[in-house]
Formats: sequence, structure tokens, C-alpha cells
Amino acid sequence: MNLTELKFGQKAIIERVTDEALSLKLFEMGLLPGETIMLENVAPFGDPIAVLLSESKICLRLQDAASVQIKPIN
Amino acid sequence: MEKEITVALVGNPNCGKTSLFNALTGLNHKVSNFAGTTVEKKTGETRLSAGVKAQIIDLPGTYSLYPKSADELVTYEILRNKAESNYPDLVIFIADASNLKRNLLLYSQVADLGVPIILCLNMMDVAERKGIRYDLKLLEKELGVPIFSINARKQEGIDNIKSALLNDKLRLTAQYYNLDHVNAQMLDEVCKATDKRNKYAALQFAINASSLLSEKAHRIIQIFEKYSFDTRKFQEEEILARYQIIDGTVRNARLKNTGQLKNSLTHKIDEILTHRYWGIAIFLVLLLLVFQAMFSWSSYPMDFVEYIFGLLSNYIETQMPKGILNDLLVQGILAGLSGVMIFLPQIIILFLFIAILEDIGYMARVGFMMDRIMRPFGMNGKSIVPLISGMACAVPSIMASRNIENKKERLITILVTPLMSCSARLPVYTLLIGMLIPDTAKWGPFNVHGLVLMVMYLIGFAAAILSAWIFKFFIKQKQKNYFIMELPSYKMPVFSNLMITLYEKTGAFVWGAGKIIVAVSVVLWVLASTGPQDNIAKVERKFLPTISNDTLPKYIREEAKLQMNAQKLEASYAGEFGKMIEPTIRPLGFDWKIGIALLTSLAAREVFVGTMSTIYSVNDEGGEETFSNIKTKMQAEINSQTGKPSYSLATILSLMIFYAFALQCMSTIAVVKKETHSNKWPIIQFLYMTVLAYASSFFVFTIFS
Repeated sequence: MNLTELKFGQKAIIERVTDEALSLKLFEMGLLPGETIMLENVAPFGDPIAVLLSESKICLRLQDAASVQIKPIN
Repeated sequence: MEKEITVALVGNPNCGKTSLFNALTGLNHKVSNFAGTTVEKKTGETRLSAGVKAQIIDLPGTYSLYPKSADELVTYEILRNKAESNYPDLVIFIADASNLKRNLLLYSQVADLGVPIILCLNMMDVAERKGIRYDLKLLEKELGVPIFSINARKQEGIDNIKSALLNDKLRLTAQYYNLDHVNAQMLDEVCKATDKRNKYAALQFAINASSLLSEKAHRIIQIFEKYSFDTRKFQEEEILARYQIIDGTVRNARLKNTGQLKNSLTHKIDEILTHRYWGIAIFLVLLLLVFQAMFSWSSYPMDFVEYIFGLLSNYIETQMPKGILNDLLVQGILAGLSGVMIFLPQIIILFLFIAILEDIGYMARVGFMMDRIMRPFGMNGKSIVPLISGMACAVPSIMASRNIENKKERLITILVTPLMSCSARLPVYTLLIGMLIPDTAKWGPFNVHGLVLMVMYLIGFAAAILSAWIFKFFIKQKQKNYFIMELPSYKMPVFSNLMITLYEKTGAFVWGAGKIIVAVSVVLWVLASTGPQDNIAKVERKFLPTISNDTLPKYIREEAKLQMNAQKLEASYAGEFGKMIEPTIRPLGFDWKIGIALLTSLAAREVFVGTMSTIYSVNDEGGEETFSNIKTKMQAEINSQTGKPSYSLATILSLMIFYAFALQCMSTIAVVKKETHSNKWPIIQFLYMTVLAYASSFFVFTIFS
């Protein structure tokens, strides 16, 4: 499952980032394997999305989010 | 002898670095370039003790030492070169305590360069609200460097930092990331190739040099190939390994943690401010509010500025001996300056609004909301900040585009930002709109002036995104484009920070514009009061008998005087100049007087009003009426050929469109040259905007006349 499929309020653990060109940037921003992530907001036109990490809030486009593989937790 | 130490402030974006810089240096700072480079530095001074000063350098916020955007590059450039005279004796690293893990990633990289470092934990209050607290003693022990808890926005803990800067015993270095897994022989070669002794600094520099293709890239790529060293994989492993080290440290030092992701106040605010409908509506209402404020709040301060200039010119005119110097001061310089300075209140209001929106964290939300709209036009959400601050001034806005990672998106943003109506156009619009519509006109609760002005800003915005859309097809794309941005938590604006920003920006405008205006005013005054051969004297000889003839009725003498002044201006060098270009601008509805203003405002748009003031006040021969409303004079002007008012509806509209689109600003051209490292792009920008302005003005004039 990837980050675009996450629903509001649902939490997930990041497993890996499949796009090599994005992984460095995402890691530096704190979006890295093992972190818990939650969907917080969706921009007015349905894209980009804003996600909550343990300590920060990051927004990214759906096309970028598609490369983030996640595992939902209850 | 006085001792001076160099201290660099480093940290992530939104960590409170600028607040700390302001708290340390107050107004005692300046923005300049590093000698011989285009790298900009913001430096300030602070006195530590009787004999010691600290030179504080504020470096742009960055997420890592592998720069992905132009502003991150600045920080990297300063920290990479020990031989550089600005290389810091000490780094103050500012970390957001509420987001410590990610902040410490950059911290550990900077520390590994081997520079003495102290760590400041900022925003402890925000962290506590999130349920996070740290055992600072333990953290200090684990990290091995001095740690200070500060609240930069409230200026708390600043004195502790100052005394720490004085204490040589606190100059400690630390090492976190181990390079044992990297081929030692390769490291030696990299160290040799990069002239560095610190292994991490050498490798880090080599990786950046190879990807940026900067100096020594060729030799370094050879070394990497020889040992089949994958730089991307190394960086990824490095970041993950650092996070692992930090994770352990932070976990140990953490006292209290709810450990739960929970919706915060920021989340609740975002629900509204980035809401599908409300978000957009609130944004538009905010913009409307700004324009209304610019018009309704500024009238009293504007009257005040006008009054002060009136007093001043009256004083100089009566107290100074009559003569050329008096004329030059009153009719040239003061007339030119007052024409623009009167708009200072409006400019301050605009700068203030933008500074507040930036400071509380709202601008990032606008970027988040607008990314989807900007994308088809070859830009991204981060472009919105340059575009909106472009309404204040294109120069800092173009520099604000540095955080856009993708080069194509950044270039397009730079190219179209000057189409946003900046504050220098404000005086021009205000004058011209005032000639069309009475000040008091209302449409419902709104001031019609404010509405027309908003339309002008919208036209500028439309032109900007349409041009961007066209550029999208002509500029080649090499990099992957993405939009990954932090949404910082909302903060209350800090009054002193706002005032310092306002002081910096307004000061830059006043001095920047002031210098050009004074220079242009002087030249213009000389050109307008002298002429080829004795043409001016001839005009005087023709009219003086009538004017000085006491037997004639007063109105005839007044009329003759006006005629004389008009013909004198026409006979002057300025008049000749304007006439020379008149044929090219006649299709736009402009006469030679506007021609003079167009030429002078090639340097800067706001000079238009100053020029008009100068032209019409020279025409007026000083006296009490020097400062009487220039608007009235322009409205009363009759075209000598057609017998109709010189400023018809068509001419005024055409002039407004011309100023909306033309790139009449030397500072913008200079900054674009600097930011794009090329001559090509400023030239392209100047040409496309001039063509756009000419064609649109021609179109508008033809339709309305």
C-alpha cells in the first residue's frame, strides 16, 4: 500500500521509498522508514496532501506520495 | 586591541534562526555579498565584552549539507571552505526542540565537519505543549557539546549564549558518524584531491562537487569510479545511520513523551485555513483586505508626508538665497523625492502584511493550497511566496525563489515575478487611477480606488501565470520535479521581528529608490531647464514683454506665463529628447512629456511620478504652487495639437498597462543576472516584458480611443 491510499485519521508505518530520486529529500525531511505517519489535510484541489510525522508536518504531491510504501496500523 | 570572532548561525528552516539573529544583533546588521562572489551574507555585530566583538553570520535554513536548492547551497558554500575569511570560529546550531530528531540530522553533519559548535534548543515551550521534555544535562553528555535552552522569540537565554561565545573552554568539536565502512584508500585520495584533512568534510565536499559539477569534479568522479563508489547509496546510508545514532540519544534524554500522533492546534487551524472552500475564500478576503488597507489606512500618513515636504521646500525656498542651487533643490530633488516618498505609508502597509503572513506560518499554507494551480504553469507551490511578495518588491522576491529545488521551476518563477505589480508601480497606479475616478467614489462598502487597484494586481498576476505557461514550453527540463515542503506550526507574530523586517525592507526601498530618484531628478532638472542654442532665451524674449506689462489684465499675463513655461520645456533638451522618441510611442497614446517619463523610469518605475512632479513644477516656476497637486495639473493639461485633454481615458489606461508589464527596474535586472548567473535570462526577460507592454498598450489605446 502506498501513501496516497491512506485515509484521514488512519495511521501507518513507513516501510520504504521506491523512487531513488526522492528518497534522500524525504529522509532529510524526516519521512523515513520506521516512522509513524498520518494523513492530516488535503489541499483544496485534492492534491498535494499534508501528513503528520511524529514531530513535524510535511506536504507533498500525490505523485511523490505514491513512491512511499506504508503499512497501516490499527 | 579589540578581538573579533566570527560566529555562524546554522539550522533548519523555521527553527527560529532569524529571531535569534535579531535578538543578538538588533538593528546592527547588514546584507552584503562575500567578496568576489554572488553568495549573499547577512551579518551583524554584537558586543560580548569590553574587548571582544562577535561578527554574526546568518546562514539560510537548510535540511542537510547536501544542498538541493540555491539557498541551501549558500550555507554549504560558507561551511565548506576553511580557508575562507568568513569561515566561522564557532557555529551556533539552532534546533527546534519540538522537532529535535530531524534538526539533529543537520547538526550532526555540521559537527562532523570539525568546526567548534554549540547547540541551542529553541522553542522548548512548543515542545512541552506537544508533551516532549528533555534531560538537557544528559543530552549534553551524550552529544558532547555545550547545550543551551533558549526562547529566541521571547529573547530568553540570549545572555547565556553571549557569555558562552566568550568562553574558549566551550569551543568543543564532536564526531558522530563513522566512516570505517568506506574504503580507506579512497578516502585518502579524496582528501588529497580536495585539500582537506577532515575525512567527512572531504568526502562530503567531493560528493557535492561531483553532483554540482563544480571545481575538481572531474578528478573526483574519476576517483569514485575507480573504487565504484555509489554516492547516492552512500548518502542514503549516511542519513539513515545518523538518524539511528540520534534516535538513541534523543530517546535516552527524553523525559516525557506521549508517543502518540495527535491532532494539534495547528491541525485544527489548518482544517479551516486550507479547507476546500474556506481556505481559498479566506485567502482572497485577506488579499482584498490588504488592498483596502493600503488605500484607506494610508491617507492620513500620506497627507502628513506631503505636509512635511511642503514645509521643507517652503523653508529652503525662502531661507536660501535665490538662484540655481535653490531651484535645483526645490524643483529638482525635493519635487522628485516627495513624489515617491509620499507613497511610503502604502508600501509599509504592504510589507507589514507580507511579513506578518510569513511570520505566523500562513505563507507555507498558501503554497500548499496553490501548488495544484501553479503546476500546469511550470511552477510549484513554493513559487507563490515570490509571486505574492513580488507585490511588494521583485528584488527580494527573486531571491526568495532560491528554495525552489527544481531549476526550471525556479527560472520560470524568476522570469515572471516582475510582472506582479510591485510597490514601485503603486505611485504610478495611484496617480493615474486618481485622474480617472474621484477619491470618494464608493461601490457598496468598498473604495472604488481600491477595487481598480486590485484589478491592476490581478492583471499582473494573470500576465505572470500566462507567461509562465508559455515559458514552460521553451525551457528544457532536466531534473525531476517534486514538491515536498514543511508546514511549520503556527506561531504568534513577534512585534520586534516584524519591525526589524519592516525596517530592513523599507530602508532598502527608501535608499535604493531615493538614490536613483535624486540622480535622475538632478539630470532631469538640468535637461529641462537648459536647451540647445538659445531657444529657451528666445521663448523668454517672446513672452516677457507681455508678462511684465502691468497695463494688461492679470488673466492675460497669467495665460502668457503658462504658455511661456510650456514652450520653454518644449525648447529644452528634455523636450527635444521626448520629441525624438515621440513617434515610437504615439501609437500608444503617449506624448513627448510621457516620453521623458518613460525614459527616466527605465531606471525605476517610481521615477515616473517624480519625473512628472519635476516636469510640471519646472513648468510652474516654483512659488507656493510647487507642491500643489500634480494630478490636477496633469488633468488640466491640454494637448496643443488636438485641443483635447492630453490625458484621455485611452491614454491613461494604456499608460497603466504599460507600467504593469514593462521591466523598468535596474535592480531587478541586476538581481536576475546574479541569481541566474547569466546575461541571457535578464536580456530575454527585458525583451519579452517590453514587447508585452508595447503590444498590450497599443491594443488598449486602440480599443478605447
